[in-house]
Amino acid sequence: MSSRRWGGKAVVRGGRAPFSFRIDLRAVFVFVALTIVALAGIVVNVGVGEYRIAPLDVVKTILGIEAGDGGYDFIVNTLRLPRALVAVLVGVALAISGTILQGLTRNPLAAPDIVGINAGAGLAAVTLIVAFPSVSAAFVPPAAFVGAVAVAALLYLLAWRGGSSPMRLVLIGVGLGAAASAFTTLMITFGEIQQVSRALVWLTGSVYGRTWDEVWPFLPWLLVFVPLAFAGSRHLNALNLGDEVAMGLGAHVERERGILLLSSVALAAAAVATAGTVGFVAFVAPHIARQLVGPNHGGLLPTAAMAGGAIVVIADLVGRTLFAPVEIPCGIVTSIIGAPYFLYLLYRTGRAK
Amino acid sequence: MRLLRSRALLLAGLLACGALLVLCLLASVRFGAARIGTWEVISAFTDYGGSEEDLIIRTLRVPRALIAALVGASLAVAGAIMQGLTRNPLADPGILGIEAGAALAVVGSVFLFGVSSLSTYALFAFLGGGVAAGAVYGLGSLGHGGMTPIKLTIAGAALAALFSSLTTAMLILNQQTLEEIRFWLAGSVAGRDLGLLLQVLPYMLAGLLLSLALSRQITTLSLGDDVAAGLGQKTGRVKALAAVGVVLLAGSSVAIAGPIGFIGLVIPHVVRFFVGVDYRWILPYSVFLGAILLVSADIAARVALRPQELPVGVMTALVGAPFFVYLARWRVKR
Repeated sequence: MSSRRWGGKAVVRGGRAPFSFRIDLRAVFVFVALTIVALAGIVVNVGVGEYRIAPLDVVKTILGIEAGDGGYDFIVNTLRLPRALVAVLVGVALAISGTILQGLTRNPLAAPDIVGINAGAGLAAVTLIVAFPSVSAAFVPPAAFVGAVAVAALLYLLAWRGGSSPMRLVLIGVGLGAAASAFTTLMITFGEIQQVSRALVWLTGSVYGRTWDEVWPFLPWLLVFVPLAFAGSRHLNALNLGDEVAMGLGAHVERERGILLLSSVALAAAAVATAGTVGFVAFVAPHIARQLVGPNHGGLLPTAAMAGGAIVVIADLVGRTLFAPVEIPCGIVTSIIGAPYFLYLLYRTGRAK
Repeated sequence: MRLLRSRALLLAGLLACGALLVLCLLASVRFGAARIGTWEVISAFTDYGGSEEDLIIRTLRVPRALIAALVGASLAVAGAIMQGLTRNPLADPGILGIEAGAALAVVGSVFLFGVSSLSTYALFAFLGGGVAAGAVYGLGSLGHGGMTPIKLTIAGAALAALFSSLTTAMLILNQQTLEEIRFWLAGSVAGRDLGLLLQVLPYMLAGLLLSLALSRQITTLSLGDDVAAGLGQKTGRVKALAAVGVVLLAGSSVAIAGPIGFIGLVIPHVVRFFVGVDYRWILPYSVFLGAILLVSADIAARVALRPQELPVGVMTALVGAPFFVYLARWRVKR
């Protein structure tokens, strides 16, 4: 096995073994740095609260080492850690979903937020909360998941015309999203005001009160679809050059696009089911990553994922501490911070061209 | 190309639309939650006695029908102009985020300054709608290849998502604002009295007149900027004036009825099927057909689940969303 470097890229060759791949050293470095930020975000997030715990004690407690007065274990591992973990994982899932959609549609504005996937989840969840207030809150995540997947399936079906076109997917998604939000508005208008408030908090996205019961059902989706998305990143590079070029490069365009789309939808649906519709993460994280490591999806996807994780956990931290004891849902924070940044990015890319 | 081929037919069609609108208005006054007979409706005008029925007719139903007609007409004309100006078959004040921008500005004014009068709503609605229109147009024109339908639509949807998440944020932080404004947010023409209409009417009429005056120029522009410039048109000035018209129309509609989607999308397409590509006919037809659509959607919203009332915005979405999907699937070329 040998490796060679030039210009920030390393090539790993397997010697006799039949493999070789390039690693973008810069992407590796950025990924590690973002991981550290996300982990630091978790530690600080767990430490902050009505009962403050020093960061070192937090780390010790998470690792199972007795720290402080020994009562930390319950606060850290049972109450606060799952919430911080959910924040990171939701960010990761949304960011990957957004990166894939932006790559597939070759449009920097595409995201599950606008192709109706979030709106479908929102409609299902709000309907359940408002129209059936007696149903346990435990059914909200599955309902949201079903809503997201149903819209995505309908979208693919309607956009299929002897083949799928990324442009039709986006446009029809916008239409379906508008329809779904009209009905969500109907629910909001006629619901009991208490339930409507609850539904709105869910609609902006919040990780408030999430426990291990939310972490465990979320994990399998990540374990299946994140590797699938990474495996597809190669094809994403090819598809990004246009269908004809991708075909010329030997990609099974429809199959690869189908798999990538499925991963994107599954990740977005699982994230939305867990934390509600946290806005603008799926938009912004891929852009940040592209600024940091460039457009190659091999490095872009993991970097965007970590950026997304860091964004949501920090947003949750800000939302918890800024106006404490009043908590702001992290979805509001991501929207308020993410939206101007997003506009600024667009302004810059527009001027560069 | 078009169904009505001669000038006489076009005029006759316009008259027929006018007659149909009058019928719809009468039906809107006649039907409602309270069952009132036709004769009582007539007597409310001829022989006003101050009875309960007379009051319902005069203070509730007539203003409501008029508001629905004016809002429908304004939205349809705004949509037609946007489609012509951007050469984008999917343009609509709702889809392109103008209504969401106006709604955000109104909710913001209630939340931050405690505004509660409709005339101030209108001011903020114009402001928000104008900013949103500029932002969407700017964002949609960035990058290679200038403005394309897909870029414009995505920019509009993205900004609409942004505006509505900010709107939701404010509603979460303040339940009282939510209570005050949620019915308005769904888009409805119920419970507005004539005074409210009169406050917004000048802006609406100004927008309509400005648009109709520009119809010839918009026809030329819809052939392409180069063609219009080649024919000696000052394209920048026409576009700016047309944009002012769109913001006046969409802003005043949102101010009085809340965000009502899809009318601006559907009507111009239906109209073009009948009258072709000349905006001197498209705009007047849009006025009538937009009014007819919203008035009849409002009747349906009242009668469908009587006595419970649906927001009319939901009814128009019910018709409009499938139409949008149809357009995106069959009518948009790559």
